Amino acid sequence: MRTRTVRTRPFGALALLAAGAVVLAGGGPVGAAPTTATTGTTATAGDAAQRAAQQETGAADTCDVTKSVPPSTEDGPAVKAIKAKRSLVIGVDQNSYRWGARNPNTGQIEGFDIDLARAIGAAVIGDPDKVVLKPVATADRIDAIKKGRVDLIVRTMTINCKRMEDVAFSKPYFNITQRVLVPKASPAKTIDEAVKGRTVCVADGSTAQTVVTGMKTAGQVVTVGNQLDCLVLLQLGKADAVMTDNGLAAGQAAQDQTVRIVDGEAQPEVIGVAMLKESPDLTARVNQVLADYYARGDWTRSYEHWLKPYMLNEADHYWPGTH
Amino acid sequence: MRPGGAPAPGPGGAPARRPGAVAATGVRARLAQATRTAPGRLRLAGVVLTVATVAFGALTAWQLETRAQAADRVVSYSQPLSRDAAEIHRNLADAATTAATGFLLAGAEPKAVRDRYEQDLATAAKLVAQAAARTTSTSPGQDSLARLNQQLPLYAGLVETARADNRQGIPLGGAYLRHASEQMQTVLLPAAAELAATENDELAKDYAEAKSVPWGAYGLAVITLAALGWVQLTLFRRTNRVFNIGLLGATAAVLAGALWLTVTGLTTSAALKRSDSEGASPLRALNYARVDVLTARLAENLHLVARGSTTKYADQWTKATEHLDGAAVKGDLLERRTGSLPEAVRLAPAAAEQDVRDAVRQFDDWHQKHDAARKLEVDNADYQGALDATVSAAADAPTADAAFNATDRALARAADIEQGRFEQSAEGTGGDLRTAAVAAALLGLVAAAAALRGLGRRLAEYR
Repeated sequence: MRTRTVRTRPFGALALLAAGAVVLAGGGPVGAAPTTATTGTTATAGDAAQRAAQQETGAADTCDVTKSVPPSTEDGPAVKAIKAKRSLVIGVDQNSYRWGARNPNTGQIEGFDIDLARAIGAAVIGDPDKVVLKPVATADRIDAIKKGRVDLIVRTMTINCKRMEDVAFSKPYFNITQRVLVPKASPAKTIDEAVKGRTVCVADGSTAQTVVTGMKTAGQVVTVGNQLDCLVLLQLGKADAVMTDNGLAAGQAAQDQTVRIVDGEAQPEVIGVAMLKESPDLTARVNQVLADYYARGDWTRSYEHWLKPYMLNEADHYWPGTH
Repeated sequence: MRPGGAPAPGPGGAPARRPGAVAATGVRARLAQATRTAPGRLRLAGVVLTVATVAFGALTAWQLETRAQAADRVVSYSQPLSRDAAEIHRNLADAATTAATGFLLAGAEPKAVRDRYEQDLATAAKLVAQAAARTTSTSPGQDSLARLNQQLPLYAGLVETARADNRQGIPLGGAYLRHASEQMQTVLLPAAAELAATENDELAKDYAEAKSVPWGAYGLAVITLAALGWVQLTLFRRTNRVFNIGLLGATAAVLAGALWLTVTGLTTSAALKRSDSEGASPLRALNYARVDVLTARLAENLHLVARGSTTKYADQWTKATEHLDGAAVKGDLLERRTGSLPEAVRLAPAAAEQDVRDAVRQFDDWHQKHDAARKLEVDNADYQGALDATVSAAADAPTADAAFNATDRALARAADIEQGRFEQSAEGTGGDLRTAAVAAALLGLVAAAAALRGLGRRLAEYR
């Protein structure tokens, strides 16, 4: 498993070596030493996310979710192909308020993810207008990449080991944790208080579903198809609390001034840009764009424009810092 | 014999007779006594013929009257209720579809779309109230009606919240509209479908009752005629008089009654059958098709409302259109296709067939436009293009919505024709049956009077 999770050519050999080293040095179970192969990761969020990913996919499947090919500006075959067809198709969301949402009055998709998608497009093909933003359903993300319907996915996509087997990820560009939303009138101060004995709404197949089910204290867990449906149920009084990741929680809080995000967070994870495993040069280029995007201050500006009013923390809290 | 060795009862030693046995023997004895003489037999014949003719008249009148009542119920009660239930179903489905169209057009929503939504809700609410007024607390449709009454305002509230949120530009509006549509699809429409099924059952029951053959009346007519014939034959043998005017009159009256019964029975039954086969049945098939058309249109809209976040509504569209038109192979003959639309074509009376075929053509056009819009969305990632190809604020734009409206209008025209056929055929059958019932009762009385008079003549000869 270890060798498959990082099948980018320059790193493949290194990963093989590292895996061999683990086996030689430790001789213990393969899942016991997850950090041996990581290259200079210090962020606690990254480690925590790794644990989260392990929980989700089974303890035997370990990987480093912050790992990606090093940044590069060199044009490999994948980047050349994209330049030749003069368009970059990026899979996005048009339903996550402030991340990627279609403004019904302008018809434009806008948000934090969309800014990043356009920045990548501008850097790779030199023209933000040549970027095609293509809405992709949550369940369809991996398939869309594999079948070549999109070149990239910038769509609050959590990096985990299972997905790393199917697609390549850039370095993470945002720290995600699970948060709980309650009506402002609720006395709950912590996640435990907000969940205990209450009807909690989560999106089907989401990390929040795993977390809430794992807590076993919720009075009832209501599952819906889309996280935003939870806010509808909360407003209609059919749910007492909503668990979703901090980004989407921010989007929900932005749409309803009578709800608040409870203190405390659970299950740290990171999100990244996904693309084909067979095009490491594109991954390297995206990592370069991410590094530049952050260094220029665009990342912080975009955060402050779209997310800061609802996210409770300064920008640095959410930058994974693994670049 | 009394048990227990009781003392012998009477001095005569005869066994004691029960009082009832005495009476029975008395009646039997008197009957025997009466039939022993010619006047006695005549009197007895008089009694039998009177009873038979009056019974014939009464039974025929009663049987025809129950059928008249059933026919009246078909025309003025169960068919209108069945039609109203179908209308409630259709109006609700139309409201959900129109609400989604308005939502997609957001600020550009034309007044006509808004008006149509409000009209749909108003019509549905009015028909629910009317249907509730016509049913009693024990009626089978009561439960569905209560649910419709309770859920309709909740649905309207959700749609208004969706509109308000959408106008503020927040995606929550879309979530509300999907929630509202979910309520419509899982609570309101099933309740309406249940109501329609209940009313259709009632209609079928009333039809069956109105069309059922009055075997009792026919049987008694045969018996009465046989008795009349036998009495006349016996009299002829005894008296050598060929004709007894009274008995002949009675026979003629019973024959006339039986003939009236037969003719009315056959014509009304044929008229009711026609009203069913050219009216009620094709109308039912047409209503299924109309609801399927609306279901498909709603799925098409909701897919755009969900903005590519799920494939659920695309699947709903596929399911609805397959239900509508089978797995239609292009160029395949309509007659060989399965689905509610070809079924509506097959059942349509000649007068409505052209409109239903027109609807099929419009549906094919709509299907093509839908596929083109979907291609824009999936292949070109052109959501706005797909949206513009589906709905437009301009009334004359060649959108999928316009093709849908043309389909719906063609089906509505066919529905009007079929409703007309129903009324034309079924109306008056109750009246015809009732006239026949009165006639049979009168003819029965006339026959009884004539028979008594005829036998009285013979009796007089013995005084």
